[in-house]
Amino acid sequence: MKKFRFNRSQLCIPYAIFLIFFVIAPLIVIVYYAFTNGQGQFTFNNFTGFFTNPNILGTLLYSFALAIVTTLVCLIIAYPTAYILARSNFKKKYVLLLLFILPMWINFTLRITALKEILSVLEGNISEYPFLNSVIGMTFDFLPFMILPLYTSLLKLDKNLLEAASDLGANRFTVFLRVTLPLSVPGIISGITMVLLPSMTNYVVLDMLYNSTYIMGSLIGSYFSAYDWNNGSMISLILLIIIFIVTLATNRFSDKDANNRGAVL
Amino acid sequence: MKKAIRIIWLALVLMFIYIPILILAVYSFTDASMVGGGISGFSFENYINLFKNEELRNMIFGTLILAVVCAAIATVLATFGAIGTFYAKKLPKTLINTANQVPVVNADIVTGFSICIFLIVILRADKDTFIPLGAGHVVLAAPFVYLSILPKLKQMDNSLYEAALDLGASPAQALFKVVIPQLIPGILSGFMLAVTLSLDDYFITTYTKPSTFDTISTYVVNATKGSQTEIKTALWALSTLIFLIVIIIVVVMNVVSSKKGGKTNEKV
Repeated sequence: MKKFRFNRSQLCIPYAIFLIFFVIAPLIVIVYYAFTNGQGQFTFNNFTGFFTNPNILGTLLYSFALAIVTTLVCLIIAYPTAYILARSNFKKKYVLLLLFILPMWINFTLRITALKEILSVLEGNISEYPFLNSVIGMTFDFLPFMILPLYTSLLKLDKNLLEAASDLGANRFTVFLRVTLPLSVPGIISGITMVLLPSMTNYVVLDMLYNSTYIMGSLIGSYFSAYDWNNGSMISLILLIIIFIVTLATNRFSDKDANNRGAVL
Repeated sequence: MKKAIRIIWLALVLMFIYIPILILAVYSFTDASMVGGGISGFSFENYINLFKNEELRNMIFGTLILAVVCAAIATVLATFGAIGTFYAKKLPKTLINTANQVPVVNADIVTGFSICIFLIVILRADKDTFIPLGAGHVVLAAPFVYLSILPKLKQMDNSLYEAALDLGASPAQALFKVVIPQLIPGILSGFMLAVTLSLDDYFITTYTKPSTFDTISTYVVNATKGSQTEIKTALWALSTLIFLIVIIIVVVMNVVSSKKGGKTNEKV
């Protein structure tokens, strides 16, 4: 009996089939549903409907505003934190970093529950400041995902470059502006992508904080509960296109090891 | 002076991150029914309820089983996938790498919705079989396992596999006795990542789960809208327990890795 022999590269076949079936096929289905109506006929109505409905456009703008503000707040808090951590002389920097990213591994709904309780005590009625609380909630949720890539890129920074710059007469501010900041751009970009997209779509944070949802993700949620697959698919497709554009725009800056989603353990 | 400012900054950020969790932890050991309300005494009632209440118990163990099973499937698929793709020709390699990247950059909500439409609306898969839910969680996790194995494949000495074949090993023996043992660190960290992704997921679960089944995420979201105080305070206990478990795991992993040699600490 001849022994079963295989080529190493054939090992990828099950995974390839899996990707085709569960990743590629669902995307094709989304595109199909986005351009058909309930009877399966081809139509642009979902598409034009998206861009002519003022409510939906308002939601789109609101999610952009919310996502951009959240990303900026995260960046402003995370950059100094990552900088101090990466440059500290503390022997076990890594342990210190873990303190800051540990919440990543606690279920986010439970963390938001905790935040909600505290905010209710501080503000009384938290639905009075929806935008502020959304930003606080999302910053609370996504901050570790911003700190980690920034820390990684700041740690890799060659200290000789900084010394060279100050030897050549640059003051500390110039060194930061002309050397440190440009060299940490990959970390900044990777942090932004980690925060921007989730904060556009993670409607659960808003939903839990004040029972109201006005961002892109919640539209998919509402179409899902109404069994409106066609409009839901159109929103998904538009989100996909936005994600695609952001990914393309950031790809040439980003770190090759962009596996930041809690990959520290 | 400068140093003081740095320490104050770090302390402020830590306070922002931890104060809500810690306050909730303190309240979870009391009989208070709301944060900020009166505490008349300490009690373990919340922790007892967490395991006495059948609904809560089933939800917790269901979430854990789902995470471990899906992570195991994802790890097996992605390990062989990564090995195969690494040695494949250029075109299949590019295609698989690109397809693998899709769920990584995609919003979870789009991934969940697309799987729901394809499996449940078009293929008419029954949600109650857990197949759509399982598939969704494997799609969520497998690409990240794949990415954590890839660097280990690049580091591996290629001639070892050839040597094993020359010495008379079958491809299967060479694979299981030579290649895979060298990938173990990547496989393990990929598996851990898969478990955490699955535990944290809300969106894919909510679009694919059977209506009678809840994971921690979907349960908590529903519970915050409900008004059952007993459930609400039991969830404080759950939050505290998870917090403690995460701390223990992180500490243990660090002790283990620093015993293996200081250098490994650097690979964040």
